[in-house]
Amino acid sequence: MKIAVCIKRVPDTETRIRIAADGVSADEAGVKFILNPYDEFAVEEALQRKEKAGAGEVVVIALGPDAAQETMRTALAMGADRGVLLRADAIPADVLAVAKALAAELKDGGYDLVLFGKIAADDCAQAVGPMTAELLGLPCVTAVSKLELDGGKGVAHREIEGGVEVVEFALPAVLTADKGLNTPRYPALKGIMAAKKKPVEVKPVTFAAPRLRVAALEMPPARKEGRIVGEGPDAVPELVRLLREEAKVL
Amino acid sequence: MTAILAVTEQRDGALRKVSREAVWAARQLADQLGATVDALVLGAPGVDVAAADLGAAGADRVLVAADAAFARYAPDGYAATVAERAKAGGYAAVIVSATATGKDLAPRIAARLDVPLASDVTALGAEGGKVTASRPVYAGKAIQRVVFEAPQGVVSLRPNTYVVGSAGKAGAVESVAAASVPARVTVREVKASEQGALDVAEAEVVISGGRGLKGPEHFHLVEELAKAFGNAAVGASRAVVDAGWRPHAEQVGQTGKTVSPTLYVALGISGAIQHLAGMRTAKVIVAINKDKDAPIFKAADYGIVGDLFEVLPKLTEEVRKAKAG
Repeated sequence: MKIAVCIKRVPDTETRIRIAADGVSADEAGVKFILNPYDEFAVEEALQRKEKAGAGEVVVIALGPDAAQETMRTALAMGADRGVLLRADAIPADVLAVAKALAAELKDGGYDLVLFGKIAADDCAQAVGPMTAELLGLPCVTAVSKLELDGGKGVAHREIEGGVEVVEFALPAVLTADKGLNTPRYPALKGIMAAKKKPVEVKPVTFAAPRLRVAALEMPPARKEGRIVGEGPDAVPELVRLLREEAKVL
Repeated sequence: MTAILAVTEQRDGALRKVSREAVWAARQLADQLGATVDALVLGAPGVDVAAADLGAAGADRVLVAADAAFARYAPDGYAATVAERAKAGGYAAVIVSATATGKDLAPRIAARLDVPLASDVTALGAEGGKVTASRPVYAGKAIQRVVFEAPQGVVSLRPNTYVVGSAGKAGAVESVAAASVPARVTVREVKASEQGALDVAEAEVVISGGRGLKGPEHFHLVEELAKAFGNAAVGASRAVVDAGWRPHAEQVGQTGKTVSPTLYVALGISGAIQHLAGMRTAKVIVAINKDKDAPIFKAADYGIVGDLFEVLPKLTEEVRKAKAG
């Protein structure tokens, strides 16, 4: 089974975001970057599918700056076979441009399965996976929390409000991974050492003029100072009164 | 004449609440651009068009694409139908709700139309005839303002951000063609979840529990408070989801859901930055925690310092009384 996993380098989710001097991007100084959390589920799923099939290849593809190679090493240390970096100094806010670059790379790759994480922790667009699928003309299921593959067919569960959709599709297909799909493994020391020697091909990409322009990146409006109503159960009647009379939410 | 297309959402033939929000947001944008609003309903023949409701929310026309295959969400058929309609109508913006369905659908529409997408938008505007959108990024730690530099764009709109008023438009019903494309994926079945139909991302009130509850066996206290409110969904912190106490569907925060309810109640949640990112746009935040220095109190409008197991039953009782009275 030949599987591609499209991954992204993102700031650690425990990181505070500061606005850069340009006013349209986040300041990267001192920020720790990680493999996007949802991409870990995608990488793990690819590895498990390859192990189950007993043969195949897992290729990780990232679009981003040179530093994304370090992120890619995490996926290689988990067990992916090789990497492709589509090198771009900045990732466009017009995510369709990203999908086009990925689709061009994936098109003639002969992949049975293309996996993405459900959402990237930085731009939160939740769009590149299904866009790439549309551009490739492939079946796509997003936010997959359970997956069964049997021969050339698959059944995926995806969570919706108040329920789960059971979705059927045929391979090759594009899937985006939700939490719950599996439990990602930690790279072992042996894997980390091996990852250093695995091949990563670097290909520069260029984008057409962006059609979605970032005018500003701002901190969210500050919440007004709250207050401690009191201590213990005795404070409850006052809290309920405030919710009712002041906040008018009860 | 410029026009805006609002794509509605139905479940089991009934329009969902987010549909009126999408139409209302379209109306607000249309009024700035001097545009008209079309609402598009996709469903099986006999789908509840709710034309009066959609007209009141601001739709000049209600376009109905009926197809037997549209009873459930049909990703390929829906995307092709909306894209065909958007191309034919030359809409400046196509607005979809950022629900589980809409988040799947909107990128497909944008790719088919070859136009830019702004996801999970919380405010729309116009600037020199161009559509602008504000959207939380880094799970709400920052807000990105984008401008569409294209004659057409797709927007997915976060539920609960627009309060629907009354626009009193006609909502004249017209049929439009459903696209006939092969379905590459098919929704075979929809299983209702055990937690009930109310999702944290859409509920007006969210009651979330964290590690302070000490174990999954105590979560019934959270559920009882939610029940006392009546319109509340149960949420959870990452710590308790990772510990397997609660399903991921309930997780609020950067690796879970971002919510904007009218009232958010955090019970025994310390307030890690990734959790705060997911709920800071709630209109009113209440925190109950035994640690008076917990960061959650910095985000909360109202706090009680105390033992959950003493405070919570009392709060449930008082809310029940307030609701009854």
